[in-house]
Amino acid sequence: MGKTIAEKILSEKSGKDAYAGDIVIAKVDRIALQDGTAPLAIRQVEKLGLEVKAAKITHFFVDHAAPSPRKELSNDQKLIKEFAEKVGAEFNKPGEGIIHQLMVERYVNPGDLIVGADSHTCTYGALGAFSTGMGSTDIAIAMALGKNWFRVPESFRIVVEGEFQKGVFAKDLILWIIGELGVDGATYKALEFHGETIDKLDIDSRLTMANMAIECGAKAGLFKSDEVTRKFLIERGRGEKFREIKPDEDAEYEKEMYFDVSDLTPIVAKPHQVDNTARIEEVEGTKVDQVFVGTCTNGRLSDLEVVARILKGRTVHKDVRLLVAPASREVYMKALEKGYIQEIIKAGGVVLPPGCGPCVGIHLGILADGEVCLSTQNRNFKGRMGNPNSEIYLSSPATAAASAIEGKIADPRKYL
Amino acid sequence: MGRAWKFGDNVDTDVIIQGKYLVINDPKELAKHVFENVRPEFAKEVKKGDFVVAGENFGCGSSREHAPLALKATGIEAVLAKSFARIFFRNSVNIGLRVIECDTSKIDDGDELEIDYDKGVIINKTKGIELPFKKPPEFVEEIMRRGGLVNFARAILRGEI
Repeated sequence: MGKTIAEKILSEKSGKDAYAGDIVIAKVDRIALQDGTAPLAIRQVEKLGLEVKAAKITHFFVDHAAPSPRKELSNDQKLIKEFAEKVGAEFNKPGEGIIHQLMVERYVNPGDLIVGADSHTCTYGALGAFSTGMGSTDIAIAMALGKNWFRVPESFRIVVEGEFQKGVFAKDLILWIIGELGVDGATYKALEFHGETIDKLDIDSRLTMANMAIECGAKAGLFKSDEVTRKFLIERGRGEKFREIKPDEDAEYEKEMYFDVSDLTPIVAKPHQVDNTARIEEVEGTKVDQVFVGTCTNGRLSDLEVVARILKGRTVHKDVRLLVAPASREVYMKALEKGYIQEIIKAGGVVLPPGCGPCVGIHLGILADGEVCLSTQNRNFKGRMGNPNSEIYLSSPATAAASAIEGKIADPRKYL
Repeated sequence: MGRAWKFGDNVDTDVIIQGKYLVINDPKELAKHVFENVRPEFAKEVKKGDFVVAGENFGCGSSREHAPLALKATGIEAVLAKSFARIFFRNSVNIGLRVIECDTSKIDDGDELEIDYDKGVIINKTKGIELPFKKPPEFVEEIMRRGGLVNFARAILRGEI
């Protein structure tokens, strides 16, 4: 019987012929942790006196509160650093960037099995890796054993065809898909993306889509690896790590869904659920107090490029705070070289250090009572950005930039 | 026996425990802030043996294990929901919080509930009805029988599994 991408990778890593519904114990290639969840995982390891056998493939990142705004968080970050040094794992200090961006820049390869103590670990599916988020205890066990248990998920085959209109992006597509599936439409499942539109997407766009798989409950969002993947790996200096990952022709899917993007317009998710989506026409004119561009969803170079392009020669509306956080130090430097950062600052934007920043509501850009934020992040839960009496809308970076100029949710197509 | 605290669909982890409390590591302290934004009286009034009852997709969102840890520390007997988000369900099994999938539409806020694990039923004393629940897969039961993932992993290390 043919296999899906999820079945293939989990079979290889468990050494068993695994199909949807099976539970396997599989070896992991990488383990990633961030400062919000790492302390709990470390305490579990220490409490139980576990030996960290997988230290060499374990990576710690400080991105959720970077740099630390409070002494309690500073102490947590110190704990992480000391632990990483003690066991011989990699530690990334504040400013290096967001966990998922750095993992992709440095380590993720097609066919890998990766677990992370962060729900957006599913991002790496963009490169044909099976990756998923877990809690701290699961990650503690993975660090100790270099493996963990997995239930092989059923897969949804999502086929996308048609050409994007100008001003419409992968973010609009994934918001549309989540709107159709619902926030629990794919719980425990893997999404597998196919079709001519998907084949043409660059890695940044694939990362945005895979990143949001969790927002409809999915365990992973998977892309086959192809020439686009190979080119990306060569640019990253690890072209030799390319291997072809694709499903078998006769793989079985629980569900197949078709999307044609030809008529897709920019999509916005309204408060307080990601599947509460609307076409731009329905929300245009909604006043915004803050616009945030960044995060593991949309803080990459191509995102900053479109924002800079729209802002060039224009100014951010006087009543709007535009916050921009590059996803990593490298993204930041490249955006400086290309002049994107200068355009953003010239227009009146504030550039934040690489990290998660406002998205987790711990520091930087916490909203006031009654305020509205339009963000390129992946979640608009009540209180997500630090204040339950505020509202969060989600969009693409282009829609975010257009809205920052107008002071209200605006259609980016007229600026591109 | 305990009372039902009823919630709706898609209760997310930010609602269970806000991101700003992730710095707290003492589950008892975390428990003081559970559902703070949506139901501030919960943390003060919840009693040992009570039940959190919800609709679809309970625990969606972040991977923060603080969410099940905080709920467990309130002393509740179990969370009953029509369905659970994947990471939350796993985290709960791992740390020993009972999470049970059942049809919760016949439970209202304040109903008195009892659970019979052997028979696999929730008894709604207020309404005088029994609600059957689905037992988890055998592998998951095994983790729970061993008292969570850590003991399970120790068994692997000892070569028992």
